[in-house]
Amino acid sequence: MTNILLILAALLLVAIFLVIFRASKLISIFRNDSDPDKVSQSNNIHAYLFLILPLVGFSLAGWYAVHHLGLIIPPHASKNADITEPLFHQATVVILLMFVITNAALFFFAFKYRYKEGYKATFFTDNVKLEIVWTIVPAVILVLLVVQGWQAWKKIMYTAPENAQQIEVMGHQFAWKVRYPGVDGKIGKYNFRYTDATNEMGLDFSDKKNDDDFMVSEIHIQKNVPVVFNIRARDVLHSFSLPHFRQKMDAVPGMPTKLWLTPTKTTAEMRQELQGRPEYQTIDEKSGKTRADGFNYEIACQEVCGRGHFAMRLVIVVDDEIDYKKWLATQKPFTEVNKEYVAKARIQQQKAKASGVAMVSK
Amino acid sequence: MAHVIEAHADTHAHAHAHDEHEHHEETFITKYIFTIDHKMIAKQFLVSGILWAFIGGLFSILFRLQLGFPNMDMSFLKPLLGGWIEIQKDGTGALNPEFYLALVTMHGTIMVFFVLTAGLSGTFSNFLIPLQIGARDMASGFMNMLSYWFFFASSVLMFSSLFFATGPAAGGWVVYPPLSALPQALAGSGDGMTYWLLAMSLFIASSLLGSINYITTVINLRTKGMSFNRLPLTIWAFFITAVIGILSFPVLFSAALLLIFDRSFGTSFYLSEIYVAGEALHNVGGSPVLFQHLFWFLGHPEVYIVLLPALGLTSEVIATQARKPIFGYTAMIGSMLGIAVLSFIVWAHHMFVTGMNPFLGTIFMFLTLIIAVPSAVKAFNYITTLWKGNIRFTPAMMFSIGLVSLFISGGVTGIILGNNALDIYLHDTYYVVAHFHLVMGSASFFGMMAGIYHWFPKMFGRMMDERLGYLHFWLTFVGVYTVFFPMHYIGMAGFPRRYYSFTGFDAFRIFADLNMFISAAAIVTFSAQLLFGFNFFYSMFRGRRATQNPWQSNTLEWTAPLEPGHGNWEGQIPYVYRWPYDYSKPNAEADGFTDYIPQNVPYSVTKNSNLPHENDLIALEQEEMIPEDKSLVELKHIKVGAH
Repeated sequence: MTNILLILAALLLVAIFLVIFRASKLISIFRNDSDPDKVSQSNNIHAYLFLILPLVGFSLAGWYAVHHLGLIIPPHASKNADITEPLFHQATVVILLMFVITNAALFFFAFKYRYKEGYKATFFTDNVKLEIVWTIVPAVILVLLVVQGWQAWKKIMYTAPENAQQIEVMGHQFAWKVRYPGVDGKIGKYNFRYTDATNEMGLDFSDKKNDDDFMVSEIHIQKNVPVVFNIRARDVLHSFSLPHFRQKMDAVPGMPTKLWLTPTKTTAEMRQELQGRPEYQTIDEKSGKTRADGFNYEIACQEVCGRGHFAMRLVIVVDDEIDYKKWLATQKPFTEVNKEYVAKARIQQQKAKASGVAMVSK
Repeated sequence: MAHVIEAHADTHAHAHAHDEHEHHEETFITKYIFTIDHKMIAKQFLVSGILWAFIGGLFSILFRLQLGFPNMDMSFLKPLLGGWIEIQKDGTGALNPEFYLALVTMHGTIMVFFVLTAGLSGTFSNFLIPLQIGARDMASGFMNMLSYWFFFASSVLMFSSLFFATGPAAGGWVVYPPLSALPQALAGSGDGMTYWLLAMSLFIASSLLGSINYITTVINLRTKGMSFNRLPLTIWAFFITAVIGILSFPVLFSAALLLIFDRSFGTSFYLSEIYVAGEALHNVGGSPVLFQHLFWFLGHPEVYIVLLPALGLTSEVIATQARKPIFGYTAMIGSMLGIAVLSFIVWAHHMFVTGMNPFLGTIFMFLTLIIAVPSAVKAFNYITTLWKGNIRFTPAMMFSIGLVSLFISGGVTGIILGNNALDIYLHDTYYVVAHFHLVMGSASFFGMMAGIYHWFPKMFGRMMDERLGYLHFWLTFVGVYTVFFPMHYIGMAGFPRRYYSFTGFDAFRIFADLNMFISAAAIVTFSAQLLFGFNFFYSMFRGRRATQNPWQSNTLEWTAPLEPGHGNWEGQIPYVYRWPYDYSKPNAEADGFTDYIPQNVPYSVTKNSNLPHENDLIALEQEEMIPEDKSLVELKHIKVGAH
């Protein structure tokens, strides 16, 4: 019943619109005030609107940004972020200036040079000097920005740090699997054909390096110690994204990728730091704590991967050395936790190898 | 001088009889459906584009409802979406997450290809190229007809894929494999994706047929005197767009073809080491990154395929309504050529964090930021064209000014995204969404609107209602900014694209206010388009009759009859004696002109207003062109009071 009423109301609105439209149209024809050769009488109104609306709109947008800056720019906690954040802020200021100056000129000219009867526009076709100036000025600004970006990119992306903690992450629909290399510091080989419900990462148990590898459901890393994530995907593309560390890398089936970072603040330190920020004092509905107290570094998937794309959350904890060692001591190798399974799997994997189906592990 | 022309015109008046183009009987089918008249084909593209735009826009409203009002009971959408609204335990309806992705995917595909490529470039290249260069039709009317019907077939396939039980393609408009190759991973990658690939293959054929025609027509069928340096910027834009299309669309076809092979014939171009749905697949050795290279080799030029025509239309509208020559005509052409060349060597900036070699990332960053320079030049030239103009705010003019603003606002964030060190964080966030919706989506859409409002009188012989046009503009202009500007903020906060819901993450459980605001703004903006839809279809039949040259414009299309038949001009096609931007020329009054001198007016009759180098051309035109120009007799009617 309500639906029918709603539809009737909508139809009525449309009918009213049509009647008003038709009537005003007839009136304007009667008055003959829309002669196409005559400049529209509302010309001045539009000129003023072009001046006022952008001014009001962008001021409101600016006001909102200033009042929510702490939310708009989230905290960061890695060495590479220490490089890129100032660059980002600097570039943002530069583009804001460009944005304001050019838009202001555009709207001001639109306003100032609105139609006036008897005025004749200036026949101004070309000016080589002007063209050169506004080719070179943006070019120079861009070069300055790019060169800095290039230096940062080289530092962040070119060579992985030595003596880093190695961790393997594998994206799949719809979660991350994480493997640590264990005491030998080396990640064992895997083969996607060995994957099953228990051996989710397809470990090749003939590789001795796998014996001490352990899996976790929450990543722990140590403050100021570089860490290299060896990233792969099991089914479709994913993207391993760490917003607070300003790092990201796609996970690609068949093509292992890497990213590295050095965390600069432990989770506890970050919680402490956020106490000083008013926007982190609101109570979070889910955890019931303030956003500062409940703060966690999070990992998200940032390449569309299907139904659960929005739910591939993983917590990453940055510990100090003592806590990290404590946590490390509690971890047990996969082969130890799943002794029976591994014994069976070893035999199966050997058989598969002998049959020639399974190929070389990576 | 006027006497001379009249004398010549008189001597040639008898020749008119020979010029009458053939009268062939036209049936409804040959006139409106399987037509080879470029003007009707343009209208076919336009109407199809508008219908698609409403579908694509509606999809965005549906997913914005989900994002802005995550706890909303969507069961009222059940009559429209059926099983895609899942009834929860508490009796409320929720959007199916896979269908959410399908909506996002189809919104992108429809808007980029069906609206802004076919609906914009297809419409205006077809409509304006012959009319503005002075040709009777396209080089091949038949190929032109095929171009539309390939597009139509493509539309039918894409539209029917919406009704599959497994839904249409859902892996994003970029359809990256393996997600798009594996129905086990995503329902939409089943029949929906097959239809997507078939539809896009037909679409590519349509685009190529069109582009070949545009290029051939521009090169070969220009009227006498229409040299390349007298072409309106619209034609330059369409011409360059067509060249880009011809060079890049085939690469998308190859990408699609290999994907079809992987999906249906067991090859491994893009697939390797996959374990999905409890099963290890046989595919080994392929690379998903290869697809991304192939896709973006089209995908990036595609940005300019949708943008350049919009910029071309805008150039024409701004010059006409500011009553000023476009500033830096040569620089405008130069920057379009520069953009065209560079557009082919920047594609991998979409792939900085795909695992591509970081050295490649460096190269592509430098190339990408070079492309900002010609873009900036264009923006400055538009602004300078307004300077000291005498601006008439027609709806077309306002959409053009809006385009320049959106082009700048969306463009500047490209400087940040193209900087690969900064892109690491911003890649695939809402910052990117804001960037390309402003600079490419909205700007091109505004160009399309400017084109429709400006050339509607030429298309249908009637005017659109101005007041509805103004209302439409202001609602859309404010709407577009209120939708996309706040997206920068949530993008800087790290919000990822294509998320069904943000409540799962502590970091993203903020800005519910902004998301709600964006959704509300999107609904208002979309509703404002209904005003346009009404105005368009109403004015087509009941709008006020237009005059022949309602905007007092210089280009050739306004010298054609009000509703030109097939062949465009009765009698001889006018010759062209000057560039298209002689607006407000000093001393034009002394020659009997007002503030515009159309392209078909010889320098011989405008001796007072000619520039020195133009006077030098008088001897040449008197010798080579004027004696043959039979259209000059008609010139008298066009320029009442000119002599």
